[in-house]
Amino acid sequence: MSEFSYEIVIGLEVHVQLKTKTKLFCRCRTEFGNPPNTQTCPVCLGMPGSLPVMNKKAYFLGMRTALALNCGIPKFTKWDRKNYFYPDLPKGYQTSQFDLPMSEEGYLDIKSTKDEFEPRRVRIIRAHLEEDAGKSMHDEAAGKGDSRIDLNRTGTPLLEIVSYPDMRSAAEAKAYMQELRLLLTYLDVSDCNMQEGSLRCDANVNLHITTDDGVIATPIVEIKNMNSFRSVERGIEYEAKRQYDVWQETGKVLGELPKQTRGWDDSAQVTRSQREKEESADYRYFPCPDLVPVIVTDQQIDEVRQEIGELPSALRERLQNEFGLTIYSADVIVNQGLSLVEYYLELAAAAGDNKLAGNWVQGEVLRILNDQEIEIEDFPIDAGRLAELLQLIQTGDLDSSKAKDVFAAMLTSESSAADVVKELGIEKVDEGALEALCQVLVERNQRIVDDVKSGNEKAVGALIGQAKKENPNVNPGQVRQICLEIINNL
Amino acid sequence: MSLTRQDVEKVALLARLKFDEDALDKMTDHMVQIIQYVDKLSELDTEDVQPMAHALDIHNALADDEPRPSLPREEALKNAPKRDDECFRVPAVLGE
Amino acid sequence: MSIIQKTASEQLALLNSGELTSVELTQAYLNQIEQIDGQVGAFLRVETESALAQAAAIDQKRATGAPLGKLAGLPVAIKDILCTKDTPTTCGSRMLENFEPPYNATVVEKLLAADAVILGRTNMDEFAMGSSTENSAYQTTQNPWDTTRIPGGSSGGAAACVSADMAPLSVGTDTGGSIRQPAALCGCVGLKPTYGRVSRYGLIAFASSLDQIGPLARTVEDTALLLEVLAGHDPLDSTSVNQPTPAYSETVNQPLENLTLGVVDRHFGEGIDPEIEAAVQAAIQVYESLGATIKHIEMPHADYGIATYYIIAPCEASSNLARYDGAHYGYRTDQAEVVAELAEDGSDEGPLVRMYRKSRSEGFGEEVQRRIMLGTYALSEGYYDAFYLKALKVRRLIRQDYDAAFEQVDMIIGPVTANPAFAQGEKTSDPMAMYLEDLYTVTANLAGIAGISLPCGFTSGGLPVGLQLQAAPFQEEKLLRAAQMYQAATDFHTRRPELS
Ligand SMILES: [Zn+2]
Repeated sequence: MSEFSYEIVIGLEVHVQLKTKTKLFCRCRTEFGNPPNTQTCPVCLGMPGSLPVMNKKAYFLGMRTALALNCGIPKFTKWDRKNYFYPDLPKGYQTSQFDLPMSEEGYLDIKSTKDEFEPRRVRIIRAHLEEDAGKSMHDEAAGKGDSRIDLNRTGTPLLEIVSYPDMRSAAEAKAYMQELRLLLTYLDVSDCNMQEGSLRCDANVNLHITTDDGVIATPIVEIKNMNSFRSVERGIEYEAKRQYDVWQETGKVLGELPKQTRGWDDSAQVTRSQREKEESADYRYFPCPDLVPVIVTDQQIDEVRQEIGELPSALRERLQNEFGLTIYSADVIVNQGLSLVEYYLELAAAAGDNKLAGNWVQGEVLRILNDQEIEIEDFPIDAGRLAELLQLIQTGDLDSSKAKDVFAAMLTSESSAADVVKELGIEKVDEGALEALCQVLVERNQRIVDDVKSGNEKAVGALIGQAKKENPNVNPGQVRQICLEIINNL
Repeated sequence: MSLTRQDVEKVALLARLKFDEDALDKMTDHMVQIIQYVDKLSELDTEDVQPMAHALDIHNALADDEPRPSLPREEALKNAPKRDDECFRVPAVLGE
Repeated sequence: MSIIQKTASEQLALLNSGELTSVELTQAYLNQIEQIDGQVGAFLRVETESALAQAAAIDQKRATGAPLGKLAGLPVAIKDILCTKDTPTTCGSRMLENFEPPYNATVVEKLLAADAVILGRTNMDEFAMGSSTENSAYQTTQNPWDTTRIPGGSSGGAAACVSADMAPLSVGTDTGGSIRQPAALCGCVGLKPTYGRVSRYGLIAFASSLDQIGPLARTVEDTALLLEVLAGHDPLDSTSVNQPTPAYSETVNQPLENLTLGVVDRHFGEGIDPEIEAAVQAAIQVYESLGATIKHIEMPHADYGIATYYIIAPCEASSNLARYDGAHYGYRTDQAEVVAELAEDGSDEGPLVRMYRKSRSEGFGEEVQRRIMLGTYALSEGYYDAFYLKALKVRRLIRQDYDAAFEQVDMIIGPVTANPAFAQGEKTSDPMAMYLEDLYTVTANLAGIAGISLPCGFTSGGLPVGLQLQAAPFQEEKLLRAAQMYQAATDFHTRRPELS
């Protein structure tokens, strides 16, 4: 069979665990990693007679996120029950939102700094609140095939963010997830820890294949269990190839097969079909009679809007336009999170050189953060101290290699840059003395002078070495420049 | 509106109930009778009527995000039909 | 007159004056239960030891002069649907045979805070689904006025124990008439408060948007006293309304002036027992003689009440009862049998799904399963609009009928039931006939308004007849005062069934 070109069509459903102290409908804590079933109460155990009461913080964190995603906030929203039986869902229904979600119709812009794809606006269908389920663990050895149920997580607030199928490559899907995670981090609404499951992603994927008879669509597959950015990318790539092969084999197109759910197996790097349910899902959504609607005013929405600080996309633009950083530098700094951006802004203001500050943050500072695996909050040199160092560079008192020595020393001391310079015995060499030194060296090394004269400028390097021996404080760049000038004037 | 034995069987699976042959016949009979009766609502024109899911028009019952003590694990697990020291136990959850 | 024949208010006065102790009073009721509950079957469990211990503690408290709750020392019976910490709470179902909640319902907390003595747990239709208490998984309850007849339901035990002097006060729940109908059939007073007046936290849900907890007693005064304790806003129930609770017991004896009562002509004539009609008409005349104005009003959608109710209630129930699946509490079928059965019938159903299905079919009774089936069907794809959504719209029309009526009248007066208590077994094979029992009561639940049932006569066969008054939301205070006007002018509430 001949090969056809195809386009991957991807929509993502992202579940974000909101950063509340307590669960969505009861006041049990939401901490991760506690011993099984120690974080439950009659409400989240689904005990007979217990009733839910909505967490105010969760609602407003949801609204903050929705606003940042450019969603509209309806004045009226309500809670619905999604009915299905599963042992990690003790009430036999999940409280969620069906026809009147708390937010609708937004977007998130994604860009590639590596030119992997054209900038794209991914539209958001809705973001709604719902409760998380517990955990079921299959324990073959201990329990003759029983599953063990831990309900600590049951009822944790989730914001489900549903995109339109607007993405066209695995790289775009990954970029969307990364940009979304960054946004959520800036908003401080979630821990966004994919390993702990506080940020989860399901992808709806199919192909639009251009055949000789026009474009056909393959059946939509939902991929679950992608627990890292890399698995989002790999899972979708794998699934695209698989769907293409299956289509070549069977010719089945959209509508001829029911929607399938496949799980990403990270160790085998494949998607696997999850056991088909006995019945087609019929969740019998209906309004939860135990919860009352939420009605918000314009004023409340405005108040939440005011809480939202500058977001990544706006910051990137500002760093480029107002601070003159390259797209790349702006991206690197912004993508590290708000604290690093704040560090940069403070440094740039104090040092008085935006680009130099950008280079240092993006270079030395980030290198230390990565090497030491620390956050900027724990970085030992505050912006004020680093700014002094940068000023010494600007005045020419320090060359860049000396500055790095000073920087390294500052990491382990609390002294100012000027004091460290003194401690290290670095002194600025007088210009006249330097010229005299260079004059002596040139006179002493006729062979090098000849080499340079015959066009080999590199030969001057040997003079720099000798100069450093004579006086360790000389600036190599300056030595080079002065020596070349003298030789050329001979 | 007609309701067949097969429909009733499907609903039984959805509701996680199981009937033997006789019970299924009886359930079908009763459901048909009741559905015929409640179908009298279709006589009414409700085109412009707002549905009423709650008995009273109340809204915004929101609680502060302040933790309260959870149950001791023993209390949480004490009614479980099958359990171990830490968890509820159920027949194998397959498929995931 | 023996102590148990006195009203709760009279008993309270005796307790407060020191002429009576709570232990004596509690013991007197325990003796009465011992003697006659064998014939009535009102109680599922009598909590003799804890009741006497509580009574002794309250006597002690009273002796020390410590501040006392409003019911200090009065015994109260509780319908077995209200969660009570570490105490079996079965809801009349096999499903919860061994269930002991890890928490107290808010009303249980309130009763304890009011220093009431919890006598025991009363029988009920399984999960409050029924009108005769015959759907209890454990026992039937007999009508104290004729033990071959049903006491009504679902709060049949709650009504029967009060009418047979086995408790002065009793707490029931009303989803479609489950307090008012048994109160009428057993000849006592029962009040369904406005939806949201009493916290539902810890009330095992049947239909959450209709369920409401309320008091039963022999007199209107006692009903007012108990409601005063039960009512009040609860932050644990999102549907509980934040309104102050009036001091019902202090105002109940103040007659209402210029009372206007609405009569719905459709309530009479075809379908109603002539003796009931006569008793209710006579009650209306009593009100006229007390100065009330009678107005004839229309409730155009009242005839659709049962159909609306029997969609909405099962829909909510099908979801509310999904939690009883044998996984975390309650009945679970034998796991070995599940495995054997699956091997035998070669089904591709997993062991978990079969465990669910078997546990639920074995744990629930027939009526409960029928309603779960109806609700599941009415919510399922393709039927939601025709049934559930349609019913929600008709519910609005019914509420609008009430709103219009209460523009013209203070209260609506009429019958509670069309017939007196029927024979045990008479309607068990005909669910539709049983459902029609709720004809006059379901609309109050659908609209969320308050209603009260009080004794207004007897049939020639000696069976009690109930009178229903319905009032706009949160008008319980007026409702009780109007009921008390009638009770002060009549003596039906003083008569007693003869049980040996
Ligand atoms: Zn909880």
